[in-house]
Amino acid sequence: MSVQKNPPRRREGLLFEKSAPGKRGCEVPAWDGPVADALDARWTRDEIEGFPELSEREVVRHFTRLSRLNYANDEGFYPLGSCTMKYNPKVNEKIARLDGFAEAHPLMPEGAVQGCLQVMADLERYLCEITGMDAFTLQPAAGAQGEFTGIKMVRAYHQAHGNPRQIVLIPDSAHGTNPASAHLCGYRVEEITSDERGCVHLGDLKERMREDVAVLMLTNPNTLGVFEREIGEICRVVHAGGGLVYLDGANLNAFVGVARPGDMGVDVMHTNLHKTFSTPHGGGGPGSGPVGVKEPLSRFLPVPRVVRHESHWKWSSDLPHSIGKVHGFYGNFGMHVRAAAYILANGAEGLREIAETAVLNANYLRKRLEGTYHLPYASASLHEVILSDRNLEKFGVRTLDVAKRLMDYGIHPPTIYFPLIVKGALMIEPTESEGIEDLDAFVDAMLRIAKEAEEDPEMLRKAPHTTPVGRLDEAAAARKPVLRWTPPVRPEVS
Amino acid sequence: MRYIPSGPAERKKLLLALGLEHAEQLFDSIPETYRLKQPLDLPPPHSEADLMAYFRGLSRNNLDPHDSAVFLGGGAYRHFIPAVVDHLISRAEFYSSYTPYQPEFSQGTLQSIFEFQTLICQLTGLDVANASLYDGASALAEGILLAHRVKRRRKVVVAGWVHPDYLRVARTLTETLGIEIVEVGAGGGGVVEPEAAARALSGDSAALVLQQPNFLGRVEDAEALCRAAHKAGALGLVVVNEAVSLGMLKAPGSAGADVALGEAQSFGIPLSYGGPYLGFMAVRSEFVRELPGRLVGQAKDSEGRIGYVLTLATREQHIRRERATSNICTNQGLCMLAATLFMATLGKQGMRELAQQNRSRAEYAKAVLSRTPGCRVPYSGPSFNEFVLRLPKDAAKVHRSLLDKQIVAGLPLSEYFPDRTQDLLICVTETNSRAQIDRFAQEMGRAL
Repeated sequence: MSVQKNPPRRREGLLFEKSAPGKRGCEVPAWDGPVADALDARWTRDEIEGFPELSEREVVRHFTRLSRLNYANDEGFYPLGSCTMKYNPKVNEKIARLDGFAEAHPLMPEGAVQGCLQVMADLERYLCEITGMDAFTLQPAAGAQGEFTGIKMVRAYHQAHGNPRQIVLIPDSAHGTNPASAHLCGYRVEEITSDERGCVHLGDLKERMREDVAVLMLTNPNTLGVFEREIGEICRVVHAGGGLVYLDGANLNAFVGVARPGDMGVDVMHTNLHKTFSTPHGGGGPGSGPVGVKEPLSRFLPVPRVVRHESHWKWSSDLPHSIGKVHGFYGNFGMHVRAAAYILANGAEGLREIAETAVLNANYLRKRLEGTYHLPYASASLHEVILSDRNLEKFGVRTLDVAKRLMDYGIHPPTIYFPLIVKGALMIEPTESEGIEDLDAFVDAMLRIAKEAEEDPEMLRKAPHTTPVGRLDEAAAARKPVLRWTPPVRPEVS
Repeated sequence: MRYIPSGPAERKKLLLALGLEHAEQLFDSIPETYRLKQPLDLPPPHSEADLMAYFRGLSRNNLDPHDSAVFLGGGAYRHFIPAVVDHLISRAEFYSSYTPYQPEFSQGTLQSIFEFQTLICQLTGLDVANASLYDGASALAEGILLAHRVKRRRKVVVAGWVHPDYLRVARTLTETLGIEIVEVGAGGGGVVEPEAAARALSGDSAALVLQQPNFLGRVEDAEALCRAAHKAGALGLVVVNEAVSLGMLKAPGSAGADVALGEAQSFGIPLSYGGPYLGFMAVRSEFVRELPGRLVGQAKDSEGRIGYVLTLATREQHIRRERATSNICTNQGLCMLAATLFMATLGKQGMRELAQQNRSRAEYAKAVLSRTPGCRVPYSGPSFNEFVLRLPKDAAKVHRSLLDKQIVAGLPLSEYFPDRTQDLLICVTETNSRAQIDRFAQEMGRAL
């Protein structure tokens, strides 16, 4: 099989390697007033050693070149499961950059920021309607911080009833952030096993549901893309034991506009604005993880709360049972504006169309790939489908090889090796943002890779072949970590 | 819907391929009882033009920053942002990609994180920095948790004027783990006496926390405070609220800090009503495996070419789950890129001059405002771009009356400390012209 080799490409040097003394990319604005006396040397530093000196031109060229070493969602298919890599509408970027929003200082008097407060109050209201919860906080800066906030409120709730309890139940298919957040709230984690359908094992849940269980953290649809049909019964079991149900809303995109967690018995949940509500993923953030609660938990919400006072919006910290603050100010407002704009652009019908199309796309991929790739759980899929490398094992080809080879076909690999309950998982989430052509192109690439596994497994094990760098040795990088640039050591002059 | 590429014909084709007639059948696995019988009660879909008009209208309900003189800091700072910053972070290759799980397809993001980590190390004078945290407040919480893990001690001593909201967030995030945060008040000069801090430290102290410059704008004796921390066997944590100060003030690492953390919003990130901002953390190399969040390291491919990867992931939640160093997953990627661009563009000279100029403007404002009859600067020691102005009468009232003159006269400290009724915390940056400062002083004179 012919393999296209990496095109010879010059490595883009680091900022520091390009630097030369005396250059700058920006002048400080002119100041016509007196220059302050220098501070005493005990308070000050010498020059910032090693800091780069570059012209504006060089900075632009450097980062433009770096950008071209990235693959992006606007360029092509990016089916990273659990991350909901949907299209980021351009108008939202423009809206968030309006001077009135972008230049609003968070400590401005309320009268000077009524526009911001209106956006936040509106978004809270929209999220309540979409999820069926009674109140929302927009403070958490990302999903994991939302989890922390939610579980902390659960703790406050139980504390108010005399006993914070000790255990958080988490299915073995959950995101790693769930147990990490529960731990940060001072809880011990117990895992619930998944049954043969990939869902919560009701028997196991019933057995573990004791009086020291504070909450069950449930992802629905779960990380296999399967809806927990028994959610009603699950909630009843947990509530009967005095526990609460937390919903990890990372997968809300699967049923937005179709059903609502608040109608299913969920007490508290988070949603990721950078997933369901289209705020840009930004190469790894900023995210935003609003948390919704049912009425009995609302007195524990973080402060301040945006409230209506006569004809104005204002901040109120009058919530004596609040868990406190989780963000320096009010959360990632820039993401709140974008999400509000996305909801308004879609309306109720648009949101439902999102869920329908996302589920339709995932099921189409499943239909065309199952068989060639092993489908570990036959349960109906919603927004994502999980396959595995089992059928390729006999050729010595693993999920990692499939993922790397996909890049040669110009497609971003799915999430791999997650959820942990599937060996060699390929977690594929197409979202609603792909048309049939891109879906077919992905299927074709996957089918060809399966064929390549049979014909030339060695080539797959060395993939990718067309990317700016080849497969990087991550294990070696972790053994002897180089985490920053340091100036080259000059040879001694003899 | 305009954001969805599939039209009716394609939808039909896809449904047909699945042997389905209606989209509703896709949701058969959701019990009927939970399925909505009527559409959500939301405003109708908006066209792009209507959307833009609606939000433009809302944004105008905010004070127009270009019509006003704003002297507000307190953890968020108005600075000039070079055009290259927004231009480059708007490239789809950066803003529409995600966490670089697949390094061969993400070298642009990974290399910029590696550069960011290096820049933060250089600025803070420490060995290793992570790829960012949510904001300054959560960075403080993560720093306290790090000290708690390293030292296995439960007390944290906070010296003097650390941002009150940072402390509130740190308390929310750390209290359930049994960590006790003890505050040592500042002395008469608006800074903490190292002896007072030393007295508060004991054998169960994991860390001493100080903010540089502190919440009142004063420069703390970080060296003496870190020495006191080390003497008690605790770590020295330096919080930086206003990152521009790092261009001038002694690097935390040189002052003896073990951990420097804080907020880098000042580096090219718009105020945006409080977020998204950019938390950062740098530590001495011995604590690298205790760092929270993502870290990027250098790697090689089979041909020996250099590339960058996410590394030391065994600290993180997706591997270690409840035993992870932190629950953080998504961090502040694009804000990190903005800050990297800002630092690269300003460069070595620019960072220094920017810091000097912020101080010059603030000193000028200090001088003219303190000449206003009845006003004085209660803390005379060194400060950076913020200072306290004490008025002869209720500061919040004066603040309100100046607002009518298009002047945001800093922050009435009574908002955080009810007994400080006469104090304004005033911030002056390179965005405040001499004319603005002079007008501020004049109007202040009239308002008193």
